[in-house]
Amino acid sequence: MRAPDLFRFARDAATGNPLRSSLLVLAMSIGVGAVVVLTALGDGARRYVVNEFSSIGTNLVIVLPGRSQTGGFNPGNSITNTPRDLTVDDAQAMLRASAVRRVAPMTVGTSEISFGGKLREVFVVGATAEFIDVRRLSLAQGRFLPTGDWRRGASEAVIGAKIRDELFGSEPALGQLVRVGDRRFRIVGVMAATGQGLGQNTDELVIVPVALAQAMFNSNTLFRILVEANSREAIERAKTQVAEIVKQRHEGEEDVTVITQDAVLATFDRLLGALTLAVAGIAAISLAVAGILVMNVMLVSVTQRTAEIGLLKALGATGATIRRAFLAEAAMLSLAGAVLGYLIGQTAAFLLRQMYPAFPAYAPDWAVLAGLGTALVTGILFGVLPARRAARLDPVESLAKR
Amino acid sequence: MDALIKLSGIERIFHLGDSEVHALRHLDLRIHPGEYVAVMGPSGSGKSTLLNLLGLLDRPNAGSYHLEGRDVTTLTPEEQARVRSRRIGFVFQSFHLVPRLTAAENIALPMTLAGIAPAERQRRVERALNDYGLANRASHRPNELSGGQRQRVAIARATVMQPAMILADEPTGNLDRATGEEVMHLLETLNQSGVTLIVVTHDAVLGSRARRQLLMEDGELRHDSASAA
Ligand SMILES: Nc1ncnc2c1ncn2[C@@H]1O[C@H](COP(=O)(O)OP(=O)(O)OP(=O)(O)O)[C@@H](O)[C@H]1O
Ligand SMILES: [Mg+2]
Repeated sequence: MRAPDLFRFARDAATGNPLRSSLLVLAMSIGVGAVVVLTALGDGARRYVVNEFSSIGTNLVIVLPGRSQTGGFNPGNSITNTPRDLTVDDAQAMLRASAVRRVAPMTVGTSEISFGGKLREVFVVGATAEFIDVRRLSLAQGRFLPTGDWRRGASEAVIGAKIRDELFGSEPALGQLVRVGDRRFRIVGVMAATGQGLGQNTDELVIVPVALAQAMFNSNTLFRILVEANSREAIERAKTQVAEIVKQRHEGEEDVTVITQDAVLATFDRLLGALTLAVAGIAAISLAVAGILVMNVMLVSVTQRTAEIGLLKALGATGATIRRAFLAEAAMLSLAGAVLGYLIGQTAAFLLRQMYPAFPAYAPDWAVLAGLGTALVTGILFGVLPARRAARLDPVESLAKR
Repeated sequence: MDALIKLSGIERIFHLGDSEVHALRHLDLRIHPGEYVAVMGPSGSGKSTLLNLLGLLDRPNAGSYHLEGRDVTTLTPEEQARVRSRRIGFVFQSFHLVPRLTAAENIALPMTLAGIAPAERQRRVERALNDYGLANRASHRPNELSGGQRQRVAIARATVMQPAMILADEPTGNLDRATGEEVMHLLETLNQSGVTLIVVTHDAVLGSRARRQLLMEDGELRHDSASAA
């Protein structure tokens, strides 16, 4: 039998029983659709988190006070484990490192902001002029904190977009005096609105000079020191240099944790990549179920078409031809189901993206290919048994069937 | 002239649980090319079994079958399929048309299975449709055809590969007298053009039209008009 004839024959056989065929196509399409949608969700989550973390800044090395729990147990450390403060002086010292471009010490705390009788709780960030550059943030109005001595600072504040709206409404905010905690600050700038995001939401922040924030919260230690390396290649060097500087200043004790943004990113990337893979695996189970359905549907088809198979043999069809015809039918139906499932999955992912524009719900190529491939392979694999059964039927007995 | 069909010592035994059914017993038979043979006998006498054997749809338990001088009982299933395709045409009592295919497609089916080029298929199908008065039924499906038309499609299908013989198992069994007459006439016309025709029938009148009658009884060949003469 010629290949085009074989496919036409298989197609006619498939369309000759629409209920059976649509059932099979549906099962297959659900499987493939599930793979596409679920991996779009999983990979979307991964991209979302990775994007958000990248937007914190680039080439970042982050210094935290205290030993990281993951750093391993060190008996020498555990005895004298009163972590020294991570101070503004430490941050200042880091500027000496050759691989470091910028350093942004920061401290955080909550307080209240009031203006013209309005009062609300705010998240206060103590920062320096470098903060806006290191974090790749932008201003909507005015200017950021001025450069100068980190240990001092004018009573000036930069507020987030939402704070501005709530406190000042349509009135100008720049130049106004507000009260934060028990101190008065002059508003010199307003941050650009960032919207919801994991890492970079500044909309509800009040940013004041780090020295004033430390005084306000009566604390000497910093929450973080953000260090920007000269380049991507310099990140590791910056990390060791910074760690060394702090160690020297802290009398030889490694009482801070230095992490790189890359490492954090890689961890999240791995974690969420594994999640996507797991989700794809779960979806693949539905493909296996579809495969079993293919087998059963094709077996029913063989039974229903026993007389036809007998006839084909009487007309000179070899066992191989009959086997191929049934396999082609299974493959065709699986392919149709896979394509339909692909379209359904992509449409669902598209709708997801329309509903949640911030969420990049794109199914990764590998998942789409794997989904389509698995559908075809399971379809054909589970089609083999029915096809062989058909090819082995006894022609006389088959012809006697009605 | 060499025999088209030569059966010697054919035995066909079916096992049903513990009991054995001797469907064919020690059968010897020669049929020459171009013969018109009617196989008759009571129900269960082995007529269909004989025809299935001649059509290579079944294998004997013992004995040999030479078709056109070649021992075909020892062929592989693939080789047998090829012989069925090229040398043998079947006509069944219940027509056995593929319901989803049109008349033209049903007629083309043996050629499609044999891998004959579409152009050649088209040519032969058109001629068959004309020959059998089915030209205006080409795109009808079997359920849109009368019994006589269905059997004509089946005969067209059986002849489209230009076989050496046509095996017809009660071809008029599902047809009324007039239509059956018409179908037999078609088969006889084919026989006149040189195709060997072997028809199983219950109808003594139809059987008597054949030049040679075989009478089966209990798996044995009771009477052969050729050897009696
Ligand atoms: N597959 C089978 N299994 C068991 N016994 C069978 C089988 N096929 C045929 N037989 C038996 O073999 C014998 C001959 O059957 P066959 O079909 O050849 O008869 P027949 O002459 O064609 O009868 P009818 O005129 O009713 O069609 C019968 O007794 C039948 O029961
Ligand atoms: Mg019979």
